[in-house]
Amino acid sequence: MALGSQRKTPVGYRPGRGGKASRAAVFAVLCVLAVIFLIPFYLIVRNALATDAEITAPGWLWFSPDPAWENVSRLFNDENVPMARSLLNSAVVAVMTTVGTLFLCATAGYGLARIPYRHADKVFYMTLATLMIPGAIVFVPNFVMVSSLGWLSDYRGLIIPTLFSGFATFLCRQYFLGFPRELEEAARVDGLGYWGAFWRIVVPNSGSFLAAIAVITFVGAWNAFLWPLVIGRSQDSWTVQVALSTFLTAQTISISQLFMAAAVAILPLIFVFLFLQRFLVQGVAQTGLKG
Amino acid sequence: MAVSEETAAPEAKARPGERTPRARRKGSWRTALTFWYFVGPFAVGLFVFSYVPVIWSAYLSFFDARNTVTPEPENFVGFGNYVTMIKDRAFQDSLVTFTVFALLMVPLTFGFSLALALLLNKVRTARAFFRSVFFLPFACSYVVASLVWKMSIFNGVRYGLMNSILDLFGIDDVAWLFDPTPPWYWLVIVSLRLWIQSGFYMILFIAALQQIPEQLYEAAYVDGAKPGWKTFWHITLPQLRATSVAVLMLCLIAAYQAFDEFYNLIGNQAYARPPLMYLYTTALGITQDLGRGSAGALILALLIAIVTLLQGKILGFGNAEGK
Repeated sequence: MALGSQRKTPVGYRPGRGGKASRAAVFAVLCVLAVIFLIPFYLIVRNALATDAEITAPGWLWFSPDPAWENVSRLFNDENVPMARSLLNSAVVAVMTTVGTLFLCATAGYGLARIPYRHADKVFYMTLATLMIPGAIVFVPNFVMVSSLGWLSDYRGLIIPTLFSGFATFLCRQYFLGFPRELEEAARVDGLGYWGAFWRIVVPNSGSFLAAIAVITFVGAWNAFLWPLVIGRSQDSWTVQVALSTFLTAQTISISQLFMAAAVAILPLIFVFLFLQRFLVQGVAQTGLKG
Repeated sequence: MAVSEETAAPEAKARPGERTPRARRKGSWRTALTFWYFVGPFAVGLFVFSYVPVIWSAYLSFFDARNTVTPEPENFVGFGNYVTMIKDRAFQDSLVTFTVFALLMVPLTFGFSLALALLLNKVRTARAFFRSVFFLPFACSYVVASLVWKMSIFNGVRYGLMNSILDLFGIDDVAWLFDPTPPWYWLVIVSLRLWIQSGFYMILFIAALQQIPEQLYEAAYVDGAKPGWKTFWHITLPQLRATSVAVLMLCLIAAYQAFDEFYNLIGNQAYARPPLMYLYTTALGITQDLGRGSAGALILALLIAIVTLLQGKILGFGNAEGK
């Protein structure tokens, strides 16, 4: 597609395409869709701050006139509800998974991209081969592995098997192949080895790429369900998703508590969205390159 | 995707002839050491947590391995587990459930996320706002969404949102999830996944739309093609080919792995039990039948590999780069 100009104008920004009326119609459609998309969030907030009687009352109550903030303390003070513990577990798992994945996959990706080792491409193909099988399907084999290591109901079982992402390594390799080689060579003239060049030159200059991988890994780890459900056999090792699911399917807590728990569970990711959305969008766009 | 070809590393560029073969061998030994320094930890982990489990599982699949990961040799059953699995009515039903789910989900997600991207590209005001709103559900886990869908929107009792709305029109309450006829539960499941995933695929389409050269539309305009369906069919859609293939593949693979919302919305019910749900109950339920579970996992892995390859062939995966 050599069309001369490298200008990347978003389609639809040109004058003359679509009149004012059609743009207004599109705008109206988008507004309606936006309202529909926000309804579930509205329901979480409304139900979390209402009493059970208000939720189940006949006739739709738009919002509790007297927001039931005591639902927060009821949720965290209920001894039968391991809310604080499960939030802690989720935080540990998500942070450790993110740090571990980033470290392992970035170093491996760099090694595969830059170090002229004879068998490097064989290792790369072995990595690519694991992308053929979707991760979730191998939960049975992985369960076999983890249970024989004695890591059930354990942070090690929750975290370690998920760290070795063939896909993240693939993305890192592709990114580092495109990293300007001159920068690294300058560093090597100054006497830094590969390791030094990687940490002093490559990593500090790859901030937004690594942040994108980190954010998308964090979101995935916080929201993961099947693997924590398989591994978290004892209540102490439940992540917040497993805890929520148990409240939901066993109906052990009241409906307003349930929604308060959901609100608390999505809060960290709402912050990620508010402050790190740029990296998340970038991460998603990179994920799409898989195809 | 800037992929610069690998060129020889600085060491290898040192003038040839100056080094003795021995020194060169030492050099390559050093390169190997550096390589494994970087790649070793990852490679070991990949081996232990990807290759070993699959091999071990393949081994288990030939044994009667209930409640054990190290079966005795006399419990060897050959292909028995595979035969039982394939003949099992529940396993077959789970594949049917997956097929229905994929047939609903893949085209709907594709169409809806593309429509969102196209609409967004048309407005000038509040673009970033709309993009954020459509992308925000991606922050919700399937568990949280299931909770909202099951307990609020599609709650079968009178105070559920949908039933409250139906009430306004004088329509009786619907038991959305627990009455398989008519299959309203598909509406619940499909709308939930559509809500979570559309924003994700929309981002991919927006990125691709912004790569389309403006000149194509200008040239078409000069040739008399009015903006609208015509330019969409003849310019936009062909230019989106690579992304479309990627989105279809990702959608299908995601549908194949569906578990969270089925587990949380419906549980283990015969009328809506996807393959992973079935595997979960076989291998980790009361029976703990890891032999059959392993056999099932391998059958599914093989199926998805075949479907992916076929889809890739049909959609021209290999030459879909568009350059």
